[in-house]
Amino acid sequence: MAHTESITEVAGTRIKLMRSGSESGAGSKPTMLFLHGAGGASVWLPFMESLAQQFNLLVPEHPGFGDSDTPDWLQRVDDLAYYYLDLLEALDLRQVHLVGHSLGGWTAAALAVKDCSRLASLTLISAAGVHVRGVERIDNFMGNPEETLRGLIYDQSIADQLLAMEVSDAERERQLKNRFTTAKLVWHPRSYDPHLPKWLHRIRIPTQLIWGDHDQLFPPRIGEEYERLIPGATLTLLPGCGHLPPIEQADKTAALVVDFVNNVSAGEGAA
Amino acid sequence: MKFFNFHLMPYAELDVSKIRDHGTAWVTFPNSNYDPVVGSKLYNRFLDELEYADQIGFDGVCVNEHHQTAYGLMPVPGVLAGALARSVKRAQVAIIGRALPLVNNPLNIAEEFAMLDNISGGRFIAGFVRGIGAEYHSTGVNPAESLARFQEAHDLIVRAWTEIGPFEFDGEFYHHKYVNLWPRPFQNPHPPIWVPSQGSAETIAWAAKHRYTYCQTLGAIKTVAGFFNQYREEAEKSGYEASWDQCAWSTTIYVAETDEKAINEARPHIEALQNEFLRMPLEMLLPPGYTSLESYKHIQPEMIGKPQTIESLNDAGVIIIGSPNTVRERLAEYQQLAGFNTALVKTQFGTLPADMTRNNMDAIAEEIFPQMQS
Repeated sequence: MAHTESITEVAGTRIKLMRSGSESGAGSKPTMLFLHGAGGASVWLPFMESLAQQFNLLVPEHPGFGDSDTPDWLQRVDDLAYYYLDLLEALDLRQVHLVGHSLGGWTAAALAVKDCSRLASLTLISAAGVHVRGVERIDNFMGNPEETLRGLIYDQSIADQLLAMEVSDAERERQLKNRFTTAKLVWHPRSYDPHLPKWLHRIRIPTQLIWGDHDQLFPPRIGEEYERLIPGATLTLLPGCGHLPPIEQADKTAALVVDFVNNVSAGEGAA
Repeated sequence: MKFFNFHLMPYAELDVSKIRDHGTAWVTFPNSNYDPVVGSKLYNRFLDELEYADQIGFDGVCVNEHHQTAYGLMPVPGVLAGALARSVKRAQVAIIGRALPLVNNPLNIAEEFAMLDNISGGRFIAGFVRGIGAEYHSTGVNPAESLARFQEAHDLIVRAWTEIGPFEFDGEFYHHKYVNLWPRPFQNPHPPIWVPSQGSAETIAWAAKHRYTYCQTLGAIKTVAGFFNQYREEAEKSGYEASWDQCAWSTTIYVAETDEKAINEARPHIEALQNEFLRMPLEMLLPPGYTSLESYKHIQPEMIGKPQTIESLNDAGVIIIGSPNTVRERLAEYQQLAGFNTALVKTQFGTLPADMTRNNMDAIAEEIFPQMQS
């Protein structure tokens, strides 16, 4: 399925926005907004293509990432969360199935805590944002690029493939920009908001949590904490998967998202 | 030329192969390698050395600040400067510098420095730095905020020193309902401010604009000359002519009877400093945001931590090692080349033991000062 890419001003900030299919056919499918992790969203991944079969999928590149502008107001993850609330209004998106991975998962949770009124469901994949005392995490700002990537992936043959890929200068610059913005947002406290857990009970929409069982950056224990704090949330672990389920186990992860949303929609239909 | 004795206070009694095995002496180098019995002796030895520097005619003594590292044992330099403010009778006492962005209340630094200025009777020099990138791993302060915090902390400290309180300060990072410094600094309007840097264009311009003394750390003399010229150009842009007094060059000097003897004696200790104590991976040295994205794009990983020999450092004019005659000639030549009136001299470096440090200090005082000091 063809997707479109544009650089466009949304809610006062120029961002890169990728969308599935043609806008004309979008009306018939449920809307899904995917918020990417620290690595950015410079390319339309097979994971996105799978979701695009079922959904009117929107994948913005966060302000401060890739080809999007870096606004002065961007200082913390909450700023991103408020930005996406503005974006939902600006594009007048309703009944949105919100999916966030890692940094995008934290952003999605922070958004949902503030206002769920335009959301139909929430899926957090390997989300940052919540801290569990005593859980050991790797430091993704201390290693070199290769060490960092290897730490995020369980199946090292996939890491080998990714490392062997040729990276253009433009893409390298995007990666550097992503790294700088990520550090600015998550440096301290490292990748969490100590106040977020207090308010996760405000997420009153169906919520699914998907975690690689070998995630070393945000280990499954953090998924369990989200499960404990968000009413009715269910955690699904992916065996043999690290911190990047949309890359390492794209098909399985997409299938989990599709099944979950279909169940939510069926439940609504029954009610 | 004025001579300041600059001490890094390294954990000098270390088998440096341990640093090599671990990969760095910074941030993650386990403190199981620190023996308090050894450390206690080192602190007192190093303080003795700086007191001795005062006795034999150095114009000033300098300490600085680094955190969680065997490279230098001075996370709280005010403790050492406090001891020296009493025991150093004649020379100036400088902290070059204190890392402003790393504290959450810069008024603590304004207070600490004002106390040192009072106790020393106006012999204190206040150095302001951002701290190196590794410090942002050690302290958790966000490197992306480093420069803005530095500037705001500076503004707050200088206002606290110069304005009658109480007044209110509301910055982006620092918020104070009451700023009302007790004690006020001894020197009027405040202690001299020195700004050490490795040569960042922004820092040079900023120091020149404020007429602060610019201290160049770790650099080959030709590069240093370029930075000092840049400072003078920036001063001109600000409408004044900078004097050589406003430039200080930080180097290492080791003097022995002959060039060969000096090189041989200093070699393991210089190379330990350069290749072991300073070693760190790029990601530790430059966390994202410590430099601008634009500057970072120009940094090549191979530029960091390239092993050096004492000859390569000496030939490039990063350090001056040699006979009294060689050291005098080169120092005079470098002064003319780069244009500076203060030398910040490490007389102890790396693993250099106490007796060799004393001999070096004596040689500098006896052989170099008579012709070079003014």
